[in-house]
Order: sequence, then structure tokens, then C-alpha cells
Amino acid sequence: MMKPKHNDIAINGDSAVALAWKQINPDVCAAYPITPQTIIVEKFAEYVANGEVDTEFVCVESEHSALTLCTTSCSAGARTFTATASQGLAYMWEMLPITSSMRVPLIMAVANRTVSGPININNDHGDVMSARDTGWLSLFAENVQQAYDMSIIAPKIAENHDVQLPCLVNLDGFILTHAIERMTPIDTQTVKKFVGEFEPLYPLLDTDHPVSHNLMDGPLFYFPHKYQMVLAMEKAKKVAQDVFDEFAKISGRQYHLVEEYMCEDADCIAVVLGSSFGTMKEAVDQLRREGMKVGVAMPRVYRPWPVEDLAKLMKGKKAVIVMDRHLSVGSYGPMFPEVCAAALENKEVPEMYNYIYGLGGADTMVSDFMSVYKDVKDGRAKRVNYLGVSE
Amino acid sequence: MVNIANYKDMVVGDRVIRPGCSEEFNTGDWRSMLPVIDLDKCIDCLTCWIYCPDDCIVIEDDRVVGIKMSHCKGCGICANSCPKKAITMTFEQEESQ
Repeated sequence: MMKPKHNDIAINGDSAVALAWKQINPDVCAAYPITPQTIIVEKFAEYVANGEVDTEFVCVESEHSALTLCTTSCSAGARTFTATASQGLAYMWEMLPITSSMRVPLIMAVANRTVSGPININNDHGDVMSARDTGWLSLFAENVQQAYDMSIIAPKIAENHDVQLPCLVNLDGFILTHAIERMTPIDTQTVKKFVGEFEPLYPLLDTDHPVSHNLMDGPLFYFPHKYQMVLAMEKAKKVAQDVFDEFAKISGRQYHLVEEYMCEDADCIAVVLGSSFGTMKEAVDQLRREGMKVGVAMPRVYRPWPVEDLAKLMKGKKAVIVMDRHLSVGSYGPMFPEVCAAALENKEVPEMYNYIYGLGGADTMVSDFMSVYKDVKDGRAKRVNYLGVSE
Repeated sequence: MVNIANYKDMVVGDRVIRPGCSEEFNTGDWRSMLPVIDLDKCIDCLTCWIYCPDDCIVIEDDRVVGIKMSHCKGCGICANSCPKKAITMTFEQEESQ
């Protein structure tokens, strides 16, 4: 149990993101409300209306416009934040690869919610996983505290001149966005000093140095521009870890590219994203009491994909279970092939299992996660399993 | 292998930081028609120069001296706007034969 600190507050995930934004005080914010992201934008609009920030807040008619506006304002040289979820992210999709190829370090919070249909507003990772190939950095939060922390960390990674890529900050819809948890905020001056001033590269509004952005790229330039992004993603791994280390100094909370829990001596480990990491830690604790050597890990940074850290983590393990809260219908969960590919970095590859769980907000409890480890141990698990679906 | 640029020579993020350098990038290579000017008919009214969307009409001392083909896309606006019908559009292949 964490010791309560005198400055702890009770706050939901969305408000925690808005609080981080308020402390950073971005130049521009444009967003369109969509459940379960709405509170972020409502809360931030309140800060703007009350004069607590001097952000230019633009009301737009759609998510497509929101991202277009944010991309251009960021390329003009303004620190720009936005937020969305589900259908909103889907509607932004056309702009997502354009934003990243323009190399503007825009920050977007995503309140993870399934993508219809069937029509459903609850949590899974359908939205962010459908955006994973668009060249954005992607960070995941396990709880409200981390949603706040990642919101402060994200601009410092994205804006680094070796990176210069937009960044998604993921927090599970409702489970984190609407649940009130205890959180330790950092004082505003420390946050401001940590994040620093935005120093854009070749901004459009630098009229002394005229530039053109987002030009027509023929075959001569398209591929090498994509390759530049590959290199930036690669560099982002070290930049992210450096920023995490620096953040630990101001907060006392140390983050890693891959978060591990009881993995060191485990025979069987699970890999999971988001709030389920917490639930799975409890499952691991209970199974450890029964004598099972199990562990769980979460890629804190989903893009860039932390291959080296995951390979190291899986070395010598008997079995690895990949928990996917999204499904590529007709194939696997999106994370499964990527974890398998990381496992190939080692000489010996563990048994690999994929569990699809919690789609459309299907509640997944500690006992459900415990059954996953037990099914694998007892040989009942198939290659791909659909947790809770009756055969 | 197809010819692709070296990423090391390119600035980050699909940007051009040197103004006016589009002049060095020839865009006249996908034309199917090209304008041919009969300078005997030309009265140097410069209507084609005004209308050309790509600045291809070459002027010296206020007189039309020719058409620069490095950026001409063969749109035919010059031929259409010429009051003396001094410019005719010809198929690219016919001209090269």
C-alpha cells in the first residue's frame, strides 16, 4: 500500500490529463468531444475560459478538422495538444500518417475505446491498434497516475530533435478515464521546467527563413523519407529511456520501455498493455502464493516497439502469453506477431500463446487472468484463445 | 533497383528549406502535348506570358523568344489564349520524330 502524501489528490484519468496540460500550458489545442475522452477537453476548455492557461482553444467541426488544424499549427511552430477516442481516431485516420511524415511533435491523448461495429462505446484497444502503423509514437498508462505522468513525458520525447514524431498517450476508456484514483501531482513550476520550451525545427512561421512543408513526394523521395522515420523511431528508444530517468528525478517514479513484474525467475510470463497490467499483477501475486512461477510485463512504449528489451525479457522462458485487447479478425491479436518476432532475437523461442480478451468492454477479472496462466500450464491453451467466449 | 534519393542529403520531414528551388526540379517530363510557337505570327502582346501557369514563356527585351520546356506540362493555355493563333499544340511524339 502506497503511503498517502499530503499533496495527493483524488482525480479521474481524463482530468489528470487535463491537469498535466494545464501545467504545461500548450500554445494551441483543438479537439472534438467524444466519449470517453470528453472530460479532457471539457476540463481543459474550462481552464482556457478561466484564464488559467493562455492556450488558443479552437472549436472545430470534426476530428478530421481537429487533427488537420493541430498538425498545421504544430508545423507553424506552436506546441499543440489534442485528444480523441474510437470513432474520432478513426475519422482522423487520413491525417495520422500525414502528421507523422510532416514530423511535427503533436501530442494526442487517446481514451481507448472500441471501434464500432457492432456499436459499442466501451474499452478495448481497437482504436489505437488500428492506428499503430501510422508512424506515431505510442505510450501506455496503467493507472491514473501514469496517464498524468505520460502526458508530461510525451512532449519531451516527441519534441526531441532526434525524434520529431507525434505521440499518442493511451489511457483505457472508462477504466482510467472515468475512475477516480489517488494521484500525486507534481508542482507546476517543476513540470514547466521539465518539459521546457518548444523548439520547433524549420517552423512555417519563421518568416526570416522561408520553408515549405508537406510537399509532393515522388518515388525518389517517399521511401527515404519513410526511412528517416525508421531511424527517428530507433533513436526514440534511447530518448524515451533518458526522459523516463530524468522524470524519475522530479517525481520518484521510474519508468522503463518495458515494465516488468515478477519476471526474473518466472517460467511463464504474460505481455499486456494498459490498465490490465495492474489486474494481472494481482493475478500473478495470487498464483505465486500457489507456487506458480509466473510474471507479467507491459510495453510502456508500444511505438517504437522495444524489441531488444522484450527479447531480453523472454530469454530462457518456457512460455509467453500475449494478451491482446483487439483482434485482427482472420489473423491474431495485433501484438502477438510482434512479440513472436521479438522472441526470434533469441536462439531459443518459448512456447507462444495469444489470448484475445475484453473486447468491447467485456470485463476481465483477476480470476480470468489466473485461468489464463493455469490453462497454459495444464496444456489446455491453444495458439489463439478467445477469453470467456463459449465454444 | 529504382533510383531513390539518399536520406542523408534530405532535411527532416518532407520539407524544403531553400526558397525558390522548385526551379531546379524539372516537371516537364510527363507532357503528352507541347506548344510550338511561330514567331513570325507573334505580336509580342505577352498574353501567353500572363496566362502560362508555369512561367515557361521566355521573354527578352519585352519580346517573346521561345518556350522553356523544362517545366511545361503541355496544358495548352498559351495556345488557347494567343489572339494571333501563333502557338499550336503538337503531340510530343510527332515532334520528336
